[in-house]
Amino acid sequence: MQKFTLLNGLVVPLDRANVDTDAIIPKQFLKSIKRSGFGPNLFDEWRYLDHGEPGGDNSKRPLNPDFVLNQPRYKGAQILLARENFGCGSSREHAPWALDDYGFRAIIATSFADIFFNNCFKNGLLPIRLAAEQVDELFKAVTAHAGYKLAIDLERQTIGAPDGKVYHFEVESFRKHCLLNGLDDIGLTLQHVDEIKAYEAKRRAAQPWLFA
Amino acid sequence: MKAQTLYDKLWDAHVVRQEADGTALIYIDRHLVHEVTSPQAFEGLKLAGRKVWRTASILAVADHNVPTTGRAQGIADPISRLQVETLDSNCAEFGVNEFKMSDVRQGIVHVIGPEQGATLPGMTVVCGDSHTSTHGAFAALAFGIGTSEVEHVMATQCLLMKKTRTMQVLVEGALGRGVTAKDIALAVIGKIGTAGGTGYAIEFAGSTIRGLSMEGRMTLCNMAIEAGARAGMVAADYTTINYLKGRPFAPHGESWDKAVAYWHTLHSDDGAQFDAVVKLDAIQIKPQVTWGTSPEMVVAIDGRVPDPATMSDAVKRHAAERALQYMGLAANTPITEINIDKVFIGSCTNSRIEDLRAASEVAKDKHIAANIKLAMVVPGSGLVKQQAEREGLDKIFIAAGFEWREPGCSMCLAMNDDKLLPGERCASTSNRNFEGRQGQGGRTHLVSPEMAAAAAIAGHFIDISTIN
Ligand code: SF4
Repeated sequence: MQKFTLLNGLVVPLDRANVDTDAIIPKQFLKSIKRSGFGPNLFDEWRYLDHGEPGGDNSKRPLNPDFVLNQPRYKGAQILLARENFGCGSSREHAPWALDDYGFRAIIATSFADIFFNNCFKNGLLPIRLAAEQVDELFKAVTAHAGYKLAIDLERQTIGAPDGKVYHFEVESFRKHCLLNGLDDIGLTLQHVDEIKAYEAKRRAAQPWLFA
Repeated sequence: MKAQTLYDKLWDAHVVRQEADGTALIYIDRHLVHEVTSPQAFEGLKLAGRKVWRTASILAVADHNVPTTGRAQGIADPISRLQVETLDSNCAEFGVNEFKMSDVRQGIVHVIGPEQGATLPGMTVVCGDSHTSTHGAFAALAFGIGTSEVEHVMATQCLLMKKTRTMQVLVEGALGRGVTAKDIALAVIGKIGTAGGTGYAIEFAGSTIRGLSMEGRMTLCNMAIEAGARAGMVAADYTTINYLKGRPFAPHGESWDKAVAYWHTLHSDDGAQFDAVVKLDAIQIKPQVTWGTSPEMVVAIDGRVPDPATMSDAVKRHAAERALQYMGLAANTPITEINIDKVFIGSCTNSRIEDLRAASEVAKDKHIAANIKLAMVVPGSGLVKQQAEREGLDKIFIAAGFEWREPGCSMCLAMNDDKLLPGERCASTSNRNFEGRQGQGGRTHLVSPEMAAAAAIAGHFIDISTIN
């Protein structure tokens, strides 16, 4: 997994609440058996004017000029700014894969759906919750200033704005540790093989029907 | 000892190890696997040279991509076919039990788990699918996971997680005529919002819930995720136990008696504290219909499409305006005046035998309206289909002009050939009305099976409680 330490990235504002996983990556793209290559189809139905199919050539498709990601000033954005309940809907990890593949490293929103939030950390993406007023403030600032960047410091749990303002954010210490060090969860868990085995043996004795 | 909630009991019983910051390693009893979210997990195992920890904990089935017609010819779409074949070969390689497409036991993963008795009270149940919350109806701790976690469970039989807060949704009293578990679910979401349950595990309780069948409880827990809660659950009782008796994966003989004794402890203790309590009065709940592109955009059948102009919250108003535009609806339209083009009865929310019985009851000796282009019934599993056919339900549906299909997810998410065309309006018994969910540009209204069948007959939404 990619480490996340410091990020000074361009911000793109996606001013919608309840952005669901079907919108992030429509289901026709879930047919892939790979983890990569979803970036061109991120927000497909909003981003393009025609209907996209997996395996198609996206470079020739008509873009929706009104969709924020298509505006030249946000090209290369690494930070997505959104509203409440971002990532609601399905458990598909294709959603963070698509965001990551597109180039996003962090998402700032008022709130996130639980499974999506969790999936982000497994893929080196940092989801950050800020209060509604702070998110509002950022939306105003991003739209007002071209080339608006934010500096995210995971170690210190801060977001620095160009006007010198600093926002503090919360992150669970374990998740922070894994993200800072790019640690693989499975490897970490397998350090506790003996404990898992001991637990399993006890469970097998008490509730044998679970192991039939 | 301190009074515990059901969630506390289930959690405590599964902690393998606990970190200082509250992160725990939780043991997983049952892992359900389907073709969409597992290929990358199997690939990850292979790349790392890891084995599956306990293959017997896994039950696999293809459901999202499978065709609902012409099964004998296989899957026409090469990309869908590759995904299903990849599941087949991964299961063969790792020795995982899989119900193949040709197996009568094949069906939607959340229908077949309980149907087989593979979901049992007291278990932790996971699946790479958000509607895994369904299995909580059996007093199990069941929740959806992403593909990285699918791989993690395969490799370690555990998951790293933190305990969530608990919410009790208390529904008391008798339900009105034509009001179902689906309407309770939609009414709850209408009340607390699609993010209302975020960060919580919901326990549904109260006399109304105790009175529901297992099918109804599954419908309710299925929709917990639409209220933002990863897990929904209902205490175990005789309804739970009677449902499970004799199912293939359920315990038998002496083991059954031991299990039942334990299952009787799986309820919240008197006086247990929840972090939040939401109360609903069953008699106040009317048949529900969603009007927008989020399950919280819902009203009772005798209501009207809301007017965004009356909404004070700017974010909500903006979302409602967008939704009405997408849905092609004018503010203040009575719900019963909305005409529909298609009807879908199916999905892991409402495709069990009881759902089909209820819908067939409405369709019996009637015919779908002239403006209905397609009305389809997609049973949740091959066994549900078989049972329905034994009861002659297929004949009722076919005589009424419905199509009778093979089991799978079908038009719930339109990954196979079953989809809406742009602008088409559908009465659907599924769980999500997101933009494009049932096909790009398609417009979904979520309803109960009875309401879907009634809408098919009338050609527009109609109050089931007022028809004979
Ligand atoms: S029926 Fe729909 S919601 Fe249920 S598992 Fe299939 S796609 Fe998901």
